[in-house]
Amino acid sequence: MKAKYRLAVLIFTGGLLNLSGCAQLSIEPWVKPYERQNLADPIMQTNRHPIANMHVAHVYEARESSRGSEGTGGGGCGCN
Amino acid sequence: MKELVFVCMFLYLCACSTSQAAVLEADRADVLYHSYDGGGMKIDGPAVLLRKKATESFALSAYYYVDTISSASVDVLSTASPYTEERHEIQLGIEYLHNKTVMAFSVRQSDEDDYLAKSLNFNVSHDTFGDLTNLSLGFAFSDNDIKRNGDVLFQEQSQQFRIRAGINQILTKNLSINLDFEGVADEGYLNNPYRTVRYLDASIPSGVGYQSEVYPNTRNSFTTKLSASYYLPYRAAIFLHYRYFTDSWQIDASDIELSYRHPIAKSVELEFKIRYYQQTQASFYSDLFSHQDAQNFMARDKELSDFDDLTIGFGVTYLIPPKYSISDWRSEVSLQWDHITFNYNNFRDPTAEGGVGEEPLYGFSADVIRAFVSVYF
Repeated sequence: MKAKYRLAVLIFTGGLLNLSGCAQLSIEPWVKPYERQNLADPIMQTNRHPIANMHVAHVYEARESSRGSEGTGGGGCGCN
Repeated sequence: MKELVFVCMFLYLCACSTSQAAVLEADRADVLYHSYDGGGMKIDGPAVLLRKKATESFALSAYYYVDTISSASVDVLSTASPYTEERHEIQLGIEYLHNKTVMAFSVRQSDEDDYLAKSLNFNVSHDTFGDLTNLSLGFAFSDNDIKRNGDVLFQEQSQQFRIRAGINQILTKNLSINLDFEGVADEGYLNNPYRTVRYLDASIPSGVGYQSEVYPNTRNSFTTKLSASYYLPYRAAIFLHYRYFTDSWQIDASDIELSYRHPIAKSVELEFKIRYYQQTQASFYSDLFSHQDAQNFMARDKELSDFDDLTIGFGVTYLIPPKYSISDWRSEVSLQWDHITFNYNNFRDPTAEGGVGEEPLYGFSADVIRAFVSVYF
């Protein structure tokens, strides 16, 4: 468990360093702002219905052991 | 120490980026009715979510949620009587935008007869690399008071700490991916105070005895989630999520979800979803222990058993024409329905015939409904 956690932290930190390095090496962002209309379309929003997503996360967290990374910024089920 | 590394990295990235203002999310109000019906449990109630920008840099949000629970689940029927209860949850949040950085702080309280949870939550996210990349960090702390109805002397506590980090990356003009990590540490009383384990007991006519569950006082878990969103050429969207979970109770779990969103004309959006989840059992779980006090830690909570579930979901959103909207605010009505099937691989139904330890494996299905109205103002 600890080893997996440390590995994940290392990978993530390495990723951040790499990104930061890219910015400093002036690698240009390859998708220009004017090319992002598809990504900005409301149908592409994963959190298009936040109140529904919060309920979905609550339904699963109360019935499954898995918790975390629900994408709703929550802090636990708060129930028994 | 690890948290410090994350914070330093984040601040460094903030300093590296050029400044071009981002914007806070739009003002909106949502009113929802939710319902869950399955496995002898019926839960329903309302929820309200409101967010409003006070200025271009500050936004406030409020969330109120009610669960009205009527339970006659298999856990309850085997050792207790059906019950009803209510849970009220309230969250208040504030967001602050500075250039490309959004900081969000929220407080939350969840209150029911026998459980009071209070949480603090802080998230910060930052756009960088020409806004192709978004980095986020979050922390949460919860303090829980646990009681047991009918036992005024019973009072326990637990705490939960969460730390999360994520990166969202635009890869092409149609594809973005998201990678999230979250570590959760619990300490304190982690049992459900009503649940029992069962064990073989030849000294009583039924052949089976019951005693309270005993859980460890700590639990640490780590979750990794990879998501992808893809825009299809005919204006539709497809989403894929994969999440892997592991914890110190030896539970390994993973879930995968595929969803598809398809607009019809300008006023209707359809959404289809399929999700599969599976987990292994906790190291101290058993459906039937060999004798009383068989282990230091014992559980027969079906949520800690080896099981899988499958969700099939459908949703429809209707964009209300402007002439029917209040003050020309964009408004939508949505209906979502999920059907979830749970299959337990080592949790038997003690209310069924078949002899102790030979009962059929338990399983059930549930229907989850959400009906809500969203107004953007």
